[in-house]
Amino acid sequence: MAEKKIVDGRGSFCPGPLMELIVALKSSQVGDELEVLSTDKGSVSDIPEWLNKVGHEYISTTESEGVWHITLRKSK
Amino acid sequence: MKILIVGGGTGGTILANNLARRLTSELKSGKVRITMLSASDKHMYQPGLLYMAVGKMMPDELYRDQASLLEPGINFHVDPVEEFMLDNNQVKTKSGKVHNYDVMVIATGSRMFPEGIPGMTEGAETFYTEETALKMFKTLQAFQGGKVVITVGVPHKCPMAPLEITFMLHDYFKDRGILDKVKLHYTYPIGRVHSLENVAKWATPEMDRLGIKYETFFNIKEVDAANKVLKSEEGVEIKYDLLITIPTHKGMEVLEKNGLGANGWIPTNRTQLNMEGRSNVFALGDTTNIPISKAGSTAHFEADTLGENIAAMVKIGMPVKEYDGKVFCFIEVGKDRATYAMFDYKNPPDPKAPTKAVHWFKLAYNKLYWISARGLL
Repeated sequence: MAEKKIVDGRGSFCPGPLMELIVALKSSQVGDELEVLSTDKGSVSDIPEWLNKVGHEYISTTESEGVWHITLRKSK
Repeated sequence: MKILIVGGGTGGTILANNLARRLTSELKSGKVRITMLSASDKHMYQPGLLYMAVGKMMPDELYRDQASLLEPGINFHVDPVEEFMLDNNQVKTKSGKVHNYDVMVIATGSRMFPEGIPGMTEGAETFYTEETALKMFKTLQAFQGGKVVITVGVPHKCPMAPLEITFMLHDYFKDRGILDKVKLHYTYPIGRVHSLENVAKWATPEMDRLGIKYETFFNIKEVDAANKVLKSEEGVEIKYDLLITIPTHKGMEVLEKNGLGANGWIPTNRTQLNMEGRSNVFALGDTTNIPISKAGSTAHFEADTLGENIAAMVKIGMPVKEYDGKVFCFIEVGKDRATYAMFDYKNPPDPKAPTKAVHWFKLAYNKLYWISARGLL
């Protein structure tokens, strides 16, 4: 199984964790699992909302020491 | 110590001049040698392209001779690097020359890559090069009315450019007296009109006030140039009469070819700015993979930090500071008002209402930039 790809968006206001994820997905393969690290609480809703719109698989969100870990899989 | 700077854009030039000033005596004694390798003998002020696209700057205003911007003591060669041999601390250039280094800084910038989206090159205007900005202006001048769609790809340099061009186009069409015949439509990849939340909070009501439509969560999939339809990954289709894109970007091809980073983005430590896994290779500006704005000011502030650190490495054997993520971006809001966004890794921006004063400051900076490039401002 391919290693999970980490998208480190901590402390990123611009372009921000979601845009970093969009860029990372461009160079990922279908089936790849990615984990976004974000210190922006907005990511907790933004990222799953966008994943749903575009058709990628949202897996989970956890929080640890002020960092949200949002896991997903590229579906198309 | 041999310091090699690859790239003669904003970051590389400011760094070279910063180092030359900090290490004057070491340069004189021969203890330090600074070499810059660039693909061009000219230095371009890239923010000017935005103004060129609407006829407010001329091409010759964007350029200076690179050599004229450099402090004495910097060995400058128009001879781009073609091969990086990091394990040997060497690079090989187009002319075949091999340069050895003790410290290397890669500041090669980024390039637009519209061909990454099917149909984009054929279907859209843009303003990210001199050629495309001039072509866009000529297209605008011939445009008599219809739906103008401004669509934003990721990643791109100059994060404020999408909003700036949109507001400037509004005023451009107003000045031409055809605003009533034009519908402006803006698309953005995430769930608001700009990546910076406070900028989006300010910009959204401005767009509402000016009658500019916007579509968020729009990631460009392809352009059907023949039928003038823009299509998104989210399944949305937008017809257009004139399509303008802030295109997706890549780092320089030479970096991809040499395996320095996927898509030309070098994995870079966000505070020390060294290439991951290399203590004597640094990266700054657009070419890093740091999740930060690809902006001239980013390159400038990174160069300030790196200049201080590399000079300290020469003098006392160790770096002395960390880059704090500082970015400063002007935001032109049409033809005569502007605001700005200033932020770092810990503090988000809080842009104030646009004013004529800030617009005039930006116009002044369009001229003062050359002093910045020389490391004096």
